[in-house]
Amino acid sequence: MATTTITSRQRVAGWLDERLGLSSLKEFLSHKTVPIHSATMWYYFGGITLFLFTIQVLTGILLLLYYRPTASEAYESVQFIMTRVRFGWLIRSIHSWSANLMIFTAFVHMFSVVFLRAYRRPRELTWFSGIALLGLALGFGFSGYLLPWNTISYFATKVGTDMASAVPVVGSTIARFLRGGEDVGGATLTRFFGFHVAVLPGIATTLIFVHLMLVQKHGISSPPWVEQKTGGKVPQMKFFPNFFLREMMAWYAALGVLGSLAAIFPWELGEKADPFASAPAGIHPEWYFLAPFYTLKLIPSQVLFVEGELLGLFGFAVLALWWVLLPFWATNPKGEERARLVTGAGVALLAYLVTFSLLGYFR
Amino acid sequence: MKRIAIACAFLAAAAFAKDSCTDCHSALDGKLQAPAAAFGNDVHSRHGFTCASCHGGDPTADDPSAAMSKAKGFIGKPARTAIPQLCAHCHSDAALMHKYRPQQRVDQYELYKTSVHGKRIAEGDTAAAVCIDCHSVHDIREVKDPLSPVYPLRLPDTCGRCHADPAHMAKYKIPTNQLADYKKSVHWAAISKGGDLSAPNCASCHGNHGATPPQVGSVAEVCGTCHTLMADLYNKSPHQPVFAAMGEKGCVTCHSNHDIEMPSPAMLAGPKAVCSQCHDADSAGGKAAAQMAQLIGNLSAAMKASDAVLAQARRDGMEVADAVLQEQQANEDLVKARVAVHAFDPAAVAAPINAGLKIAAATKLAGEQALRERDQRRKGLAVSLVAILITIVGLAFAIRAVESKRENR
Amino acid sequence: MDTGRRGLIRILLGTGFSASLISFLYPVLRFMDPPAVPEASVNEVSAGKVQDLKPNSGKIVRFGSRPVILIRVSDTDWRAFSAVCTHLNCTVQYSEQRHQIWCACHNGTYDLNGAVVSGPPPKALEEYAVKVRGDEVVISRHA
Repeated sequence: MATTTITSRQRVAGWLDERLGLSSLKEFLSHKTVPIHSATMWYYFGGITLFLFTIQVLTGILLLLYYRPTASEAYESVQFIMTRVRFGWLIRSIHSWSANLMIFTAFVHMFSVVFLRAYRRPRELTWFSGIALLGLALGFGFSGYLLPWNTISYFATKVGTDMASAVPVVGSTIARFLRGGEDVGGATLTRFFGFHVAVLPGIATTLIFVHLMLVQKHGISSPPWVEQKTGGKVPQMKFFPNFFLREMMAWYAALGVLGSLAAIFPWELGEKADPFASAPAGIHPEWYFLAPFYTLKLIPSQVLFVEGELLGLFGFAVLALWWVLLPFWATNPKGEERARLVTGAGVALLAYLVTFSLLGYFR
Repeated sequence: MKRIAIACAFLAAAAFAKDSCTDCHSALDGKLQAPAAAFGNDVHSRHGFTCASCHGGDPTADDPSAAMSKAKGFIGKPARTAIPQLCAHCHSDAALMHKYRPQQRVDQYELYKTSVHGKRIAEGDTAAAVCIDCHSVHDIREVKDPLSPVYPLRLPDTCGRCHADPAHMAKYKIPTNQLADYKKSVHWAAISKGGDLSAPNCASCHGNHGATPPQVGSVAEVCGTCHTLMADLYNKSPHQPVFAAMGEKGCVTCHSNHDIEMPSPAMLAGPKAVCSQCHDADSAGGKAAAQMAQLIGNLSAAMKASDAVLAQARRDGMEVADAVLQEQQANEDLVKARVAVHAFDPAAVAAPINAGLKIAAATKLAGEQALRERDQRRKGLAVSLVAILITIVGLAFAIRAVESKRENR
Repeated sequence: MDTGRRGLIRILLGTGFSASLISFLYPVLRFMDPPAVPEASVNEVSAGKVQDLKPNSGKIVRFGSRPVILIRVSDTDWRAFSAVCTHLNCTVQYSEQRHQIWCACHNGTYDLNGAVVSGPPPKALEEYAVKVRGDEVVISRHA
């Protein structure tokens, strides 16, 4: 063969590889595969959640150019973004819609992991980091919700931090820490802003890194029944380019959905928060908090000798702990899968969340 | 009579002394028990007055004949015609009232004597109202107490107890529809639904203790105590001398006295118009009325049109808060125009109307601009969606290509 | 593989990708460019110079999108209130003879503390804070 000419592209790649060692990464990625079976579509949801998180970071940084985190200016700065900044309505509406979509896809991702049994050994840490990320996403939602400083967000924060104070012993300390004082006010806004743009993103980035590293390390799991049917040899597709191209389609579709939502249903400004006004009738939190909210509404104020709200919070804590420890009780001491128990638990939790969210919205 | 005054002071001092009146009468029933039961709610009992303060007698005596002895000043149930003087014994005594409430007025009896009620009582007509008919008896409450019969919310019904009763009023030949009419009025709506207790009730225009219907010539003054601007304009307008000469009752001529409705342009023109009751359509007055109605109608229509556009823009997600706020100013001009009607001169009405029209036009324009921007947004979205769609199709083809290549290998 | 096909894919992907990229980047770049009026809220407003308003007089000043009435009661006593009458939202004015705030629509009057003196208004006027900085009068929201 004659002398091979090195293209400039190859030259740049070589220069980078010598310094960054990218070729080993490329080598690793070229071996990454994704199982093919009837439930493969559920594999997209983790990536979409990551994609939406990236959208949040990007739109969030853009919003930071104009947002002012003080009680006297927050609402006006959001109004400014919505009315005066070019495409401000687009960036802000995408940020709000994407936040909701991200939490939704995170839940879908979690339930798909449960029903496809991807939490099994050795992926327990992936499960824990994932649950932590879900909690962080809810924290992002709760802290971000206050930032526009309108009536709904003010009172939703008031109700939410009130619930924190119901925890025995440390409740009032937690509430005071969250609020930056005794009441929800400018101090709360500053704090929530700090959580939302610095603390939570820092923790989330680390956890996402951990979560992704674990996924690369252990590969993508296949459901046990697929493994059984194929005798351990589940047909795979290469991640790069096959799955990746498909994932790009999904991400592009998500972009289209986001743009449409932002243009056709722009996010509302609401009325500026007035701490001295009485709470409007029918106040309720964002949809992802509706189920626990409605549950607490149903519990009577006194159950035997325990305060109702306390009982509710305790119940949620127990439920959360039990759910986090799922990988441990999903297998019996003999190592066999408690398949029906896990599926039942997953269905029950999903049914509870959906039903109570709907009830909380319409009641 | 002097004994009663002395008894008042003495017994007031011995506020919580023995009270055989209440002790005995509480144990009775029916009409004899009612006063004793009710007196606990009475403002007089709170200040240490007892039954004997008004009825006389000796509350320290247990024996009924001693307690209710004429020698001790017992007067039993006073005659109706004697009641005003009985109340006035304390309530017209400035020195006495000063001890309990320094700012309390003491001229109620004097005013009462000038009223129609007072004059009829003086003639011996027991059907006319005395103090207890309005203020109740034995459970008299302060005027500011919502349970008092003369609390603004309840006062019209109190007057109506007699004045809306055809049997009671038959011999006076006065109509009895005033209460029913008043309850249809915008003033009653302000009190009962709007919670504005300063809105006029019967006593505001007719007086309470000196109750007399306003004379024809003073109607505009009475209405003008609150509606000053309209009264001013009316007094300077051509209607005032004409109505005065005709013996017409000023404001009441067009607005009625008891069933005062919310005024509207329908009063100026149309089937329910007031103006056309005197003015022919082709007379100067008739033409002026039509002009004023049209001016006001124009601004209302312009504001409605602007409202509709802004509402549509808001529904479609556009931010139009600034324009909505500006609309308030147009509303202000409409209010000013409706006041200006009382000059009965289209030029006076035209000034605020024109200012308002300018504002309504500007806000409508803002709304239309918002709608145009909404359309721009949707066009931009369509463009980006097309680009996204092309990319997705390209990706789909790329996937097919990659996969068929693998298969062919 | 069919080169025509390959070319089509290239064109589709290339066009689609660059077009969509432009449709994303264009709004972002325009967003980052600050608008003509760079300030967001109105927290305080300059109401002119001290010399512009004589004692016992008032004027209407725009505060954001609402009118505010600034009254110079004496040489050193400045007051400011919302100029929106609490009755039917007409704009009030200062009456020099009566030393009161007056609404022309239905004759409502307020005293110099914003409280209702007479007429139909149901509530007092909201008060604003006034500061004199050097020779400039500044109106701001009350804390």
